[in-house]
Amino acid sequence: MPIFYEKRQLVTPGDLIAEGKYIAGENTFKDNEKLYATRVGLVEYKERQVSVVALKAFYIPKVGDTIIGKVAEITIGGWILDIKAPYPAVLRASDVIERSYRPQKDELSSIFDIGDLIIAKIVSYDRTRDPLLTVREPGLGKITHGQIIEVTPTKIPRIIGRKGSMISTIKRETGCQILLGLNGIVLISGKNLENEQLAVMAIRKVEDESHTSGLTDRITELLQKEKEGKIRNA
Amino acid sequence: MPKKEEKLINKDGIRSDGRKSNELRPTKIIVGNLPNADGSAYIEQGKNKILAGVYGPHEVHPKHLALPDRSLLRCRYHMAPFSVDERKSPAPSRREHELSKIIRQALEPAIFLKYYPRTSIDLFIEVLQAHGGTRCAGITVASLALADAGIPMRDLTVACAAGKIDGQLVLDLNDIEDKKGEADVPLAYMPNLNAVTLLQMDGQLTLGEFEDAVRLSLEGCKKLYNIQKEALRAKYVSKMEDEE
Repeated sequence: MPIFYEKRQLVTPGDLIAEGKYIAGENTFKDNEKLYATRVGLVEYKERQVSVVALKAFYIPKVGDTIIGKVAEITIGGWILDIKAPYPAVLRASDVIERSYRPQKDELSSIFDIGDLIIAKIVSYDRTRDPLLTVREPGLGKITHGQIIEVTPTKIPRIIGRKGSMISTIKRETGCQILLGLNGIVLISGKNLENEQLAVMAIRKVEDESHTSGLTDRITELLQKEKEGKIRNA
Repeated sequence: MPKKEEKLINKDGIRSDGRKSNELRPTKIIVGNLPNADGSAYIEQGKNKILAGVYGPHEVHPKHLALPDRSLLRCRYHMAPFSVDERKSPAPSRREHELSKIIRQALEPAIFLKYYPRTSIDLFIEVLQAHGGTRCAGITVASLALADAGIPMRDLTVACAAGKIDGQLVLDLNDIEDKKGEADVPLAYMPNLNAVTLLQMDGQLTLGEFEDAVRLSLEGCKKLYNIQKEALRAKYVSKMEDEE
């Protein structure tokens, strides 16, 4: 069972990664015992499973994911949100309004207006229907303050780090609240603009260098150096 | 007095632009050059200059075109008014409609369209400067733009033409050779899967010549595939080397 690419090597669509009794993981496909890549990415082996960590991909909704969406449309029964996925997401008015929803009386735009950013959770989605959202959980709802940045959705696990090591480092060093929407939209809110910008810079660096090792240590070092510099300048 | 026809191949077997019979035009490819599109690529092949941009997969507009079981691939091949010697009307011509269709059909087998039902993938190929063989260069560059957009594919698609000029089979015809030559055989190919997705012929060839022309185009496709793949890797490899 030969392997043609080492772990963490770069592959492009159509590259033959391995041959034999392997299981096709993410971003790969199997044809006659031959495993090929379907996206540009880095090869990853996990026992018998071969997968490719895509360097660029778009978000595909999954039930249970917390995402950040933007209100694109208001309909009679609710809102349509742009969640940076191939499909628009639906948020029903009856999900948001506590008592029963009366379309004649309730003005939906006074709750969420077009352009509002909303933290929501996906409650249902399959190939035949557009994703359905909910905001009926603590921490969900309209975003009132902070900064938004966009990253490639496949980089989100790297920003979280192993057991959340990366994200907790950034949070600790900058003192910012960071919410990672799994669709690649990140909310950062801190005490002041400098802290927020520091966090943005750190996340951008993680995104750019996601394939390198020892990144958490370098990020810690970078943030501490930046902070010291700020204090000295002040 | 009849005008003396200029030869397309000289005594030494060198073509009008200095190439040998089985030589490709010098090719330069850049991937991801348009930040506004989801995926993009640019190719310079000889005097050809072609841009490709991809959007999607996203919601289909108008909605009634959406397919319940797969994504809809829409393709537009378009030549800029300044792409040829005499101004071309910017309205899509009969030829551009045909090329849009055959390019779509050449790329469709490579894409996992079943993954994203009810969506569309919109592909735009803009020819900035045309000098023969733009359909092939268009396919080659469009495939890269699709890969750059993160659309899952079975393989990259690469295309190249072979033809007959002055009674001899040659690879990768340019504009003059295409117009004055005897025949032209464009071919699109998925190298890893060894599958042909486009095969056309214009002109006259014997059966044996046709088979040789196909073999020659396949050879050209394989050479071009290496350039194509390197261009795609270059976008990421350069990034990685910067940090080391």
